[in-house]
Amino acid sequence: MHTFLDCFAFMAGHFGLLLDRTIDHLLLSAAAVALALVLALPLGVWLGHRGRGSFLTVSVSNIGRALPSLALIAIFLGLLGIGFVNVMTALVVMAVPPALTHAYLSVEQIDRDVVRAARGMGLTERQILTRIELPLALPVLFTGIRIAAVYVISSATLAAVAGGGGLGDIILNQVSYGLSGVIAAALWVAALALAADALFGMLGTRIARGRYGGGR
Amino acid sequence: MNSAADIVFDEATKTYPGSVRPALDALSLTVPAGEICVLLGSSGCGKTTALTLVNRLTELTGGDIRIDGTSIREQDVIALRRGIGYVIQQAGLFPHLTIAQNIATVPQVLGWPKPRIEDRVRELLELVGLPHGEYGDRYPAQLSGGQQQRVGIARALAADPPIMLMDEPFGALDPVTREHMQDEFLRLHAQVRKTTLFVSHDIDEAVRMGDRIAVLAEGGKLLQYDTPERILHAPADDYVARFVGTDRGLKALTLRRLSDLTLEPYAGGANGTALRADDSLRTALSALLAAGADRLPVTDADGHPVGTVTVDLIREAA
Repeated sequence: MHTFLDCFAFMAGHFGLLLDRTIDHLLLSAAAVALALVLALPLGVWLGHRGRGSFLTVSVSNIGRALPSLALIAIFLGLLGIGFVNVMTALVVMAVPPALTHAYLSVEQIDRDVVRAARGMGLTERQILTRIELPLALPVLFTGIRIAAVYVISSATLAAVAGGGGLGDIILNQVSYGLSGVIAAALWVAALALAADALFGMLGTRIARGRYGGGR
Repeated sequence: MNSAADIVFDEATKTYPGSVRPALDALSLTVPAGEICVLLGSSGCGKTTALTLVNRLTELTGGDIRIDGTSIREQDVIALRRGIGYVIQQAGLFPHLTIAQNIATVPQVLGWPKPRIEDRVRELLELVGLPHGEYGDRYPAQLSGGQQQRVGIARALAADPPIMLMDEPFGALDPVTREHMQDEFLRLHAQVRKTTLFVSHDIDEAVRMGDRIAVLAEGGKLLQYDTPERILHAPADDYVARFVGTDRGLKALTLRRLSDLTLEPYAGGANGTALRADDSLRTALSALLAAGADRLPVTDADGHPVGTVTVDLIREAA
């Protein structure tokens, strides 16, 4: 219990260090999520628009869920060596499945009658996508981004194993920072993940608000 | 392609990939400009296929369809569709757009100037009985099924297309709303006279709505293409006769109104049981049976007596 309380003293005493590592941590996470979204969103949305690819997205999502992040980093250690590229790759691989699956579902779940009406009225495929499908997909799409972000922020802790920096540097270095430091950094990561979840949740609600004029 | 155009099916055939038998088998018929043609049949007879061939949501695998003499194969598919109003069963309104935005969709993609779009939306909402001030800014989910379908029809009319395709537009509505919408559409059609293809599996609806009815059977074969009177009085074969129903004699009565008959002179009669001149003969017969009477008085819309209808008169007219 003493150690646990000590962690708050550590936070106060090493605020600069924690802030520094937090910025590292967030930059790494943001870069990984951004890259994953660039890869996953267009592919998922396109597959959803075509109404095919459910096998691909479901498989990717299942594999993604089954892969332990530490194992992933270890595998990439062998392939890519120590450093930023390794960690980024591992985090992107973690973030792609939820983003891809949600992007696919976000478009695929749209009422087929609505899309059929749009097509029958003479909207081009591009107009169907931008005017109809994407606005309707946004809430689910956003859930995917939210899950990916939370996932990556918590997993980025393991970046330290491969020399990627971030708050994991403190958590995995009890020798230097003591148990109170480890707990402090761990709490910090948990808070970051929760904050990211809340932030994206709020943005998602804001996006969805005012639409549809109530339930259907 | 202004107010209406004729539609010619010329051996139009569709065989879906992986299927041996055609879904629509060499359909040939002409829908004259401004008329309503009902494609009637049970499920799997190719009536929706026939409809979506026209706006090329389904592509022909044989034969041709011509609108105003021009083959649909020769037209740009997007331009073709923008010149055809399309109404589907559940209306298919865009849930994230307001009623006004829904109706404005095609004019917008056609690049109409804003004031013209606004005027058009206002005009159409008025036409379908949903005042812009009250309904324009609502979302589809805030409307009843019948209101949604009115918006669906207004949206289809937005760019003033010469042709309307309606795929069981009232199929999801309750019977009362449905009948009401059928009447409303007929009133609307009398004003705009679009050439209309109307898919239905309901003989009553077909008789009510159609200037002509095309009866299709499984395998997409056309059994009879005729006026409702001819379909009811002279079905081409047993299948059509069965589809039309054993009560086709009664159904035929719905096609004629008391005002079509030469009534007997007005001679007073039971209060409150008076029929109206625009009632159908079927309604009149039903009223006669219900009242257990041989004769009932008939009045005009304002309640002034115009004559007397008898069971014999109806039998002669049938």
